[in-house]
Amino acid sequence: MHRRTFLTTSVAAAAALGIPTILRAQSKDPVRIGVPLPLTGPFAAIATDMKQGAELAVDELNARGGILGRKVEVLFRDDQLKPQVGAQRTQELIEKENCQFIIGGLAAHVQMAINEQTKKSKVLFISTSQSDEISAKPDTSPITFHEALNPTITSRVVGKWVMENLGKKWWIVYADYAWGKQNNAVLTEVNKKMGGTVLGSTPYPLGSAEFSAHLPKIQAAKPDVLVSVTPGADNIAFLKQVASFGMRSQMKIAQPLHWISVAKQGGPELYDGIYAGTNWYWELQDSIPEAKKYVEGFQKKFGIPPGDYSCYSYSGCLEAARGAELAKSTDADKVADALRKSPTYNHLKGKQWWRTCDNKSFQDMWIVKGRGPGKTKGDWGLLEVVARVPASEDMDRTCAEKGFA
Amino acid sequence: MPDVSLAALAAQIFTGLVLGGIFVLLAIGLSLIFGLMTVVNFSHGALYMLGAYAGYVLITYTGSFVVALVVAPLLVGALGLFIERVLIRPLYGRSPDDPLLLTFGLSLVIVEVARIVWGKIGLTLDPPRALGGAVNLGFTYFPTYRLFVIAVTAVVLLGLWIFLEKTNVGLVIRAGSRDPLMVRALGFDVGRIWFIVFGIGAGLAGLAGILAGPMRGAYAEMGVTIIIESFVVVVVGGMGSLVGAVVSGLLIGQVVSLTTFFAPKLAEIVVFITMAVVLLLRPSGLFGEAGLLE
Repeated sequence: MHRRTFLTTSVAAAAALGIPTILRAQSKDPVRIGVPLPLTGPFAAIATDMKQGAELAVDELNARGGILGRKVEVLFRDDQLKPQVGAQRTQELIEKENCQFIIGGLAAHVQMAINEQTKKSKVLFISTSQSDEISAKPDTSPITFHEALNPTITSRVVGKWVMENLGKKWWIVYADYAWGKQNNAVLTEVNKKMGGTVLGSTPYPLGSAEFSAHLPKIQAAKPDVLVSVTPGADNIAFLKQVASFGMRSQMKIAQPLHWISVAKQGGPELYDGIYAGTNWYWELQDSIPEAKKYVEGFQKKFGIPPGDYSCYSYSGCLEAARGAELAKSTDADKVADALRKSPTYNHLKGKQWWRTCDNKSFQDMWIVKGRGPGKTKGDWGLLEVVARVPASEDMDRTCAEKGFA
Repeated sequence: MPDVSLAALAAQIFTGLVLGGIFVLLAIGLSLIFGLMTVVNFSHGALYMLGAYAGYVLITYTGSFVVALVVAPLLVGALGLFIERVLIRPLYGRSPDDPLLLTFGLSLVIVEVARIVWGKIGLTLDPPRALGGAVNLGFTYFPTYRLFVIAVTAVVLLGLWIFLEKTNVGLVIRAGSRDPLMVRALGFDVGRIWFIVFGIGAGLAGLAGILAGPMRGAYAEMGVTIIIESFVVVVVGGMGSLVGAVVSGLLIGQVVSLTTFFAPKLAEIVVFITMAVVLLLRPSGLFGEAGLLE
């Protein structure tokens, strides 16, 4: 084949393939939601829960006629808990798969990389995991929304509760990446403000399974409370090793969060008497009607109750849909404006709202405690709700502190 | 700065012994295989992971940790024999890059298969009840199971030493790791020796996996970081040197443990700093001989 013929044919072929895509995008094509999550690695259990939340939301959306009369499709990609992979997968979801919304991320550092892509491609991003920076300048954008709690809110609430109820001398062990560092900073600040002492705070690399070298000196320091900022699978390994060193009877243990999908894997003995915060817990269905509806739908589809983090992806998908219906468009700017104009919603846990300066979702949170063997309610009733902390914008940094004049 | 009491330091040295023990088990296999076959076995981490999963399956089905501890390394060792015979053997005589690439690809396949079979979410293993608690050593409480790991590692190393020093097969293996060409010239069936050595190396990786399982859990990616650290141990000890692998494994275990004590932020990179320093002072490692890779 001549070079010239080759060139013309390939250009023609590219055009032939390309044009229908453009045409299709304008017709009654499905609305596509792209969901990058760390489906493999230490966060796999939580990511699986989040995947199911998004699947349920999309089922429900389609059952009531889709978004703007168009069918909804959801596409999942494994970001492997790596920022560069997260960025790449997001770019593929937007450019190759024509996703109109990106909802997901489960790691403070990976969601920043996802956000860079969505900003560049002008696609609405609803982040579903914790980060302080995602809703603050300079990283955030008018089309970046943050559905999850963040380290400031979580650690202010949990830190205060621990100071008042468990003890004032702490040792903090935290995963050495954005989320862990942010929690460590906020916890230390709360402790100091309330007149406590942080005897020590030790970082470890995220995804570790070996903590033994950290433990002897914590044991020797004798804190009242060991604060464990060890997400995902790290949490199980950490708590097991703490227990194996006989430290459970020597100090109390508290964490910014419990993840029910992780606690289930670790079992009731491991989580017995450990306090933590949470954005949601399935037994809230006893008091919140929307939670009951959500638990029933989830249970019917997957045979298990939903975990805490699936709430974020579920709620996030429904918010994208609500925004698109209000704006009568999937255009990121229009949807974002519509959500800010009508910021209040309630999909599964009572009233939530978007703060208009930073697109941050405000919501209730709870303090929970591990029930211990013999006291659980079925396989998944591992936690007991100890206190409710009602939503308030005072929980987070102010708009001014986050860089919004 | 933490309270640097003697008791706390002693406890730290004990934790370092356990970390080092696991490194030694992995590094010995790597070093044997490299020394004899000049094969850089990248699938070693995946075999370690399989050891933990095999342990999980065996404990679930037989209910006995002892059975799992014996059978899991044998199963992984048998897989090692299979890998050597079917996959690596055809590559002998080629450049060392070929088996390196092959075992690297193999490790990806094994990790993916583990995800398919056992799921993307890790599993937790419990130590047997008798080893579940903590022992008061006088200066600190230390997990009984970790003492058990130190003991098993010591026994296995002793057994391996007797095998290599006192048996004829061991003699040939040692000779082969010094000078494979000469051993072949003397008329030994080097292929057969390689076969056995690869099996032993894989079995030791499996043993490290089942021993680590009750401490760290079993998950598909568990071999990924430890393989890198184990290579560092081998390089620090001297490629192909067994004494080197033992000394350097224990050394790196202590270095990691003590760095975590004094400067936790450095614990992740201290392994590589140690390697850089050792290589600057002794380019072929602590016990290595020059020229193995040339």
